[in-house]
Amino acid sequence: MALLEITNLTVEFATAHGSLRAVDQVSLSLDAGDIVAIVGESGSGKSVAMLALMGLLPWTATITADQMSFDGKDLLTMNPKQRRAIIGKDISMIFQEPMTSLNPCFNVEYQISEVLAQHFGGRRRSYKHRVIELLEKVGIPAPETRLKAYPHQLSGGMSQRVMIAMMIACEPKLLIADEPTTALDVTIQAQILELLVELQKANGMALVLITHDMAVVAETADRVVVQYAGQQVEQRSVTELFNNPRHPYTQALLSALPEYAKEKTLNAIPGVVPGQLDRPVGCLFNPRCEHAQDLCRQQPPERSEGILCHYPLPLKSALNAASTSHTEVIT
Amino acid sequence: MSEHALIQARDLHKYYTIKTGMFRPNQSLQALSGASFDLYAGQTLAVVGESGCGKSTLARLLTLIEQPTAGQLSLDGIDLASANEKEVSKKLRHTIQMVFQDPFGSLNPRQKVGDILQEPLIINTDLNANQRRDRVLELMRRVGLLDEHIHRYPHMFSGGQRQRIAIARALILKPKIVVLDEPVSALDVSIQAQVLNLLIELQQELGLAYVFISHDLSVVRHIADQVLVMYLGKPVEQGLSEAVFNNPQHPYTQALLSATPQANTDRKRERIRLTGELPSPLNPPSGCSFHPRCQNATAQCKIIAPVMEQHGDVSVACLLVK
Repeated sequence: MALLEITNLTVEFATAHGSLRAVDQVSLSLDAGDIVAIVGESGSGKSVAMLALMGLLPWTATITADQMSFDGKDLLTMNPKQRRAIIGKDISMIFQEPMTSLNPCFNVEYQISEVLAQHFGGRRRSYKHRVIELLEKVGIPAPETRLKAYPHQLSGGMSQRVMIAMMIACEPKLLIADEPTTALDVTIQAQILELLVELQKANGMALVLITHDMAVVAETADRVVVQYAGQQVEQRSVTELFNNPRHPYTQALLSALPEYAKEKTLNAIPGVVPGQLDRPVGCLFNPRCEHAQDLCRQQPPERSEGILCHYPLPLKSALNAASTSHTEVIT
Repeated sequence: MSEHALIQARDLHKYYTIKTGMFRPNQSLQALSGASFDLYAGQTLAVVGESGCGKSTLARLLTLIEQPTAGQLSLDGIDLASANEKEVSKKLRHTIQMVFQDPFGSLNPRQKVGDILQEPLIINTDLNANQRRDRVLELMRRVGLLDEHIHRYPHMFSGGQRQRIAIARALILKPKIVVLDEPVSALDVSIQAQVLNLLIELQQELGLAYVFISHDLSVVRHIADQVLVMYLGKPVEQGLSEAVFNNPQHPYTQALLSATPQANTDRKRERIRLTGELPSPLNPPSGCSFHPRCQNATAQCKIIAPVMEQHGDVSVACLLVK
């Protein structure tokens, strides 16, 4: 049985302009030891889907799903108390801004031992050795001297390490990292990503990495989910996705990267992600898609082989044979 | 390429004085020591390094926000040390403009786009209202905004559009040099490509010189002609972009390049591990400032501070590069 099973998760927010569908029929299945990346532009519902899983959304959100279960327990029917016993212990989440997600009023030891005391009982003080051990594990030099440090005394990379230490304190089965390195320098980013993968391997936990950086995905993940305007448009293994993107949006995202540019002008995707009031009819990507046709502008596409598109790009192996017929379809 | 360099910087230094307490002596923080370069019209100089390496200090010196402590800086043929205050504000502020990193913080939320773009013209030129409006509209069209946007407030725009407004504001005085401080790091990949394309087009059309400050090496590689790599306020490697990227000499440049993730699943690389973080600039390490994190460091590196030396196409500040 899969560790995490989400089918057709939909999140709607009640706003002044009516309801806003931030996440639209998202499905995700995870086994222990998997590394899955969720990519997409801002506003594509990556974080909201995971926050829904954590139960951290405000009351304006309506969460519906056919199934949302973790480790055999149904998250949909669970009461808040039962959920709190899981959140932070078996599922934990690292947020984007390490500087703002730590509480500035408490020192490092207090914040980490609080998690331990909450879930395993006992007094905070009794966990001092465990805290030192955790800080050592995440690569903080001389952890004893850092115990009494407050968040403002730590650099960005250090704060993120403290966050990670806090999140792995209870040895979670699933760790969700929401843009864990976006605010950090490249050298620190490399250290943090390496650390996450190391911990994931050592503890055999599942890791969900939310990011907008395709390069980070290529280097860390096994499987990729591409999200656009709340919908999953493609879900594949990382090598397949990078070598042979099937959804036009994935292809456009990849070819917008400076690394892939053959000339000075980059292949930008025209326009922006649609907002609440300007959602197009048919396929949500059609106004920005270079392959869009009449059908795309009228009817929303059905999912086939994990790809949400009327005219997915051809498989590379079949590419040579089918290239002529496909160009006919496009033109 | 024009005959004289638009920016000529020679051995620029900037020290800040830090007060440590009432009875303690003041400390001096070396934010920038010894940056030299020439930048010609139509070219891009990229400044790369981790946060705290002096990139933004350099930008502040170039845009005349602050005065260098030592060294020589001339913009568009005018030496700043000899120029008087009037000449500086009259001529040079037209010549050099800046685009900031965060388009959400750099635009006044209480001003309409038209007012934001007009303000430099009101302060620096004698144009009347109609002429100003024409110039604003012309530039708005050029950067890809619509005429009706002129009456809108910044919060009504997306990040990419805001950055276009910021670019238009920088270009409205027809500068020759634009300092771009991480202009695309706050944007999504697809929007980043749109803004980079706009910047490249504008450069080709208007012959602008760019100083491009960034920590994203894949963007730098794409846009830059020259690269200046800095570490803790000191330049460590400098040269033509291709030379630096294809054959990095300084261990810090090598580490930076290998730390940058690549959108390529075929190549699993052996990464050069940089342990630790940037040391405090208040208390820089002795000798070569990179030695505590350098994997090739020898006993000599702890004592002797290397200077920039020419090695082939690039200049490098490292004792071990022969």
